[in-house]
Amino acid sequence: MSVTAETIVSIAHLARLALDEKAIPHYAEDMNRILHWVEQMNSADTQGIEPMAHPRDLGQRLRPDEVTESDQRECFQANAPQTEAGLYLVPQVIE
Amino acid sequence: MHQKTIAELSQALAQGTYSSEELTKHYLQRIKQWDTSLNSFITVCEETALASAKSADEARRQGKAGPLTGIPMAQKDIFCTNGIKTTCASKMLENFTAPYDAMVVEKLNAQGMVMLGKTNMDEFAMGSSNEHSHFGPVKNPWNLDCVPGGSSGGSAAAVAARLVPAATGTDTGGSIRQPAALCGITGIKPTYGRVSRYGMIAFASSLDQGGPMTQTAEDAALLLNAMAGFDERDSTSLDAPVPDFTADLNQPIKGLRIGLPKEYFSAGLDPAVGDVIMAAIKEYEKLGAIITEVSLPNNHLAGPAYYVIAPAECSSNLARFDGVRYGYRCKEPKNLEDLYKRSRGEGFGEEVKRRIMIGTYALSSGYYDAYYLKAQQMRRLISEDFKRVFEKVDVIMGPTYPSIAFKIGEHSKDPLEMYLSDFYTIAINLAGLPGLSIPAGFANSLPVGLQIVGPYLNDSKLLNVGHQFQQHTAWHQKIPSQFAK
Repeated sequence: MSVTAETIVSIAHLARLALDEKAIPHYAEDMNRILHWVEQMNSADTQGIEPMAHPRDLGQRLRPDEVTESDQRECFQANAPQTEAGLYLVPQVIE
Repeated sequence: MHQKTIAELSQALAQGTYSSEELTKHYLQRIKQWDTSLNSFITVCEETALASAKSADEARRQGKAGPLTGIPMAQKDIFCTNGIKTTCASKMLENFTAPYDAMVVEKLNAQGMVMLGKTNMDEFAMGSSNEHSHFGPVKNPWNLDCVPGGSSGGSAAAVAARLVPAATGTDTGGSIRQPAALCGITGIKPTYGRVSRYGMIAFASSLDQGGPMTQTAEDAALLLNAMAGFDERDSTSLDAPVPDFTADLNQPIKGLRIGLPKEYFSAGLDPAVGDVIMAAIKEYEKLGAIITEVSLPNNHLAGPAYYVIAPAECSSNLARFDGVRYGYRCKEPKNLEDLYKRSRGEGFGEEVKRRIMIGTYALSSGYYDAYYLKAQQMRRLISEDFKRVFEKVDVIMGPTYPSIAFKIGEHSKDPLEMYLSDFYTIAINLAGLPGLSIPAGFANSLPVGLQIVGPYLNDSKLLNVGHQFQQHTAWHQKIPSQFAK
């Protein structure tokens, strides 16, 4: 599997990352070398091995569906780049 | 004062030799004097530190002091601190003031510890050299031309130079143990789940674990006593009783079965580092330990598996930085997509972007099975290797890192070369095991760390094994001469 400049552009779009045009060939080169190394995994026979998502195979603990947090909108929005009347502002989405 | 460990400072405070305020002023003065050359702090909190020192002294007068009350420390800038900037060493969070405390911060504050500031690190904890910080690289106090290791490089350098008696770190693939090794201090990555991840900015959630970085194993035990414990706000927090980590420190280690994986002593290891490690093993033999050769046949594939799993989790965790709710926003976005893309493109550094790209690729349609699923299967094989070995031995020992600290800029052009060096530490995170690094000696005048790994929940055992070594050696007492006075 080889990563081309086109792959980089499409992955960057999926990740919503604006990349410097000039850097794209470097990203492709780095990705190819890293993936080539990663593909050493193929030397191990993993047929029938159950994937391990988590150390000790612990599941996620569930909690009762109850409100535990108080309203701290002002405190949280103090970190927002742009707000108005308690709302987060973004560029117009609907024409 | 700064030559003392936490255990010693605790005693001095209890005896009234000096007050927490005097101690805090002394360390703040040292930071002022020396940190211009090290760059180990992103934020120094002089005012709040002096205020907490005064409250600690007051608590002592009222007879409410514990063993950590009034002792200065530093938090890695990945832990959220209420009302104090929390940057994760990223332009993305350069102006972010956390609205709440991380559990670790809450717990250490509750003990009356005095936070002097927030330490420098690799951006979002991604890196092994502390060169990937928006606030500039940290220098190794043993040689200012060298890296301190990473990602908890600021914490390691600050403790090594005694700008602070101890600091916190986080470890996703070695980020506590490797900088501890390269700076000549003690650092433990506890069993996964021991220390709450609440308020610790996430990199790879199934691997991230916080822990103490200290001068000695005894100090690490004292801090871990305060840091560890179940937290319902962390969905993977370990719901298990927390022992007193200092209780077993003085147990003799006669008969301790030490496994040396033959894969650890291969071509990639700097021979000078290997010599120091073997001398440390000899020391353990003198203390009555029994050495056995063991094998971790899949260890060489831990790197490849890790560099799929960690970036995959990172690409998903870092999706939250969207330029809308907090963090950096680009100038004059044309539309919402442009806002997302440029805020992220301009707000993240190179290494972070590289890992988001790898992770997004590995999780993308058509590649998921070949990379992500395969890596998770490898993770089980690697984990089972450890399980088998721990049927025969109590702990595994080896180098923490294959070389001594390298020069700043030496590996910065080749990300893969840096990834390869994480050989000894990352398998431990994949398996979720506890791992300790202690100073074991010097090669070419730079510190070498010995890594000690144990089965799940054997954190106390590791600290006991580390402490016994430190009772018979003096490597942990060495301070870089420039910073000793």
